[in-house]
Amino acid sequence: MFDFRPFFDNFDQILEGFWATVRLSALAAVLSMIFGTVLVSCRVSPIPVLRAFGTGYVNVLRNTPLTLVLLMCSLGLNDELALKFSGSNSTYYWWAVLGLSGYTAAFVCEALRSGINTVPLGQAEAARSIGLGFTQSLRIVILPQAFRAVIAPLGSVLIAMIKNSTVASAAGYAESASVMKDILDQPSFTSGAIPLFIGIAAGFMILTLPTGFFFGWLHKRMAVVR
Amino acid sequence: MTGSEGAPDPTAGDGPDDLVPERSAAGSGPLVVVEHVDKHFGELHVLKDINLTVNRGEVVVVIGPSGGGKSTLCRSINRLEPIDGGSILVDGKELPQEGKELARLRADVGMVFQSFNLFAHKTILENVTLGPIKVRKRSKQEAEKHAMELLDRVGIANQAQKYPAQLSGGQQQRAAIARSLAMKPKVMLFDEPTSALDPEMVNEVLDVMTGLARDGMTMIVVTHEMGFARRAAQKVVFMADGQIVEENTPDEFFTNARTERAKDFLSKILTH
Repeated sequence: MFDFRPFFDNFDQILEGFWATVRLSALAAVLSMIFGTVLVSCRVSPIPVLRAFGTGYVNVLRNTPLTLVLLMCSLGLNDELALKFSGSNSTYYWWAVLGLSGYTAAFVCEALRSGINTVPLGQAEAARSIGLGFTQSLRIVILPQAFRAVIAPLGSVLIAMIKNSTVASAAGYAESASVMKDILDQPSFTSGAIPLFIGIAAGFMILTLPTGFFFGWLHKRMAVVR
Repeated sequence: MTGSEGAPDPTAGDGPDDLVPERSAAGSGPLVVVEHVDKHFGELHVLKDINLTVNRGEVVVVIGPSGGGKSTLCRSINRLEPIDGGSILVDGKELPQEGKELARLRADVGMVFQSFNLFAHKTILENVTLGPIKVRKRSKQEAEKHAMELLDRVGIANQAQKYPAQLSGGQQQRAAIARSLAMKPKVMLFDEPTSALDPEMVNEVLDVMTGLARDGMTMIVVTHEMGFARRAAQKVVFMADGQIVEENTPDEFFTNARTERAKDFLSKILTH
């Protein structure tokens, strides 16, 4: 029952799967931070249209299952509407990146918004009183302090995102979970499913545990003393 | 005084002479004109038909009981509080609506807060240079040179690389004054600048303010410091219940107030 042979026999394939996971989550991490920052800027903006857009976006994406978002991207936008990034299979990679980033951005936005609420009102008043405009106040004074206040929660959002990246297998992108499924589906595979699960789980922990520790450390280091 | 921390020299009246902006060609009339200003907070009528004129180089002290509208008036002059009616003119121009115009006006109106409000994630030097670099588009070197002169003037040049939380309240407030001065404002608003300070730190801040007044800075100061009002102000405005009850010279006001409300207030604070 605890026969790790299937795991090590397919080790190259599994490594390749994890490399695909890393490529997907790394880019989605960067993009979701950027989208999330833009979204939160909309949500606190004095312009009602932008505020409505931010609120609408967050409420739709945050309340839609990720599987649906990714299938919408791959089957809906890519296949049905033929909005393709490229002619080859890499179009599914790009749709997975976009779908996962767009989904995670809603959570990044909400984490940042709670960060903004920790910044005392006086900071914004002081920024305005020296002549900074809304965007400058947000960029130079408010957001840097908001970010520092929510580094640890953002770490949790990223960990969830790395694990969520397995859903991309449903949308035609071959990452670690889809590699695992392929191995399980091989006709020659008879036993060793549990060791395979354990191996893949360990692989994810290798990605997520350091992410959590790093963000926890960063949170302490960057904390704003008041 | 602060002992080793280099308290500001009260005789520093002849500090850097670029502190007070040159009198511009347009600058002839009064600098701040408040006319028939009304403001409500919900049901509460906090400013009732306020009229006030502040001339160039004048120091106006606003005193009165808590909840009388002093802070609200002070904050409405750079539109941190929007008003419901009336008009406020700064250097002949009416306060603009939110936007670039308003930001430009705020750059010319310095503001010092009760709770200092230094940018917590930036050093003292960065706090002072931020406005000149981002708003006035000065070069970093130029801004830092001027900032160090100002920090030296308020007596905390040796704290320039520290973060606000590492400084005492008095030092933070002096840094906040330097941050406002760095914009070379036409007028400075002080919203109870010493109310959050430990008693032994009040004087170091008041000394800086007295020096500024002596240099001819136009100042509107909301304060409970009667000594400062006597020493530095040309005009005392007594506010209660959202109205300006009395406007007088400091000497007249403190020795011979015209209104019963002011006499009553003074008797309560001056007898102990």
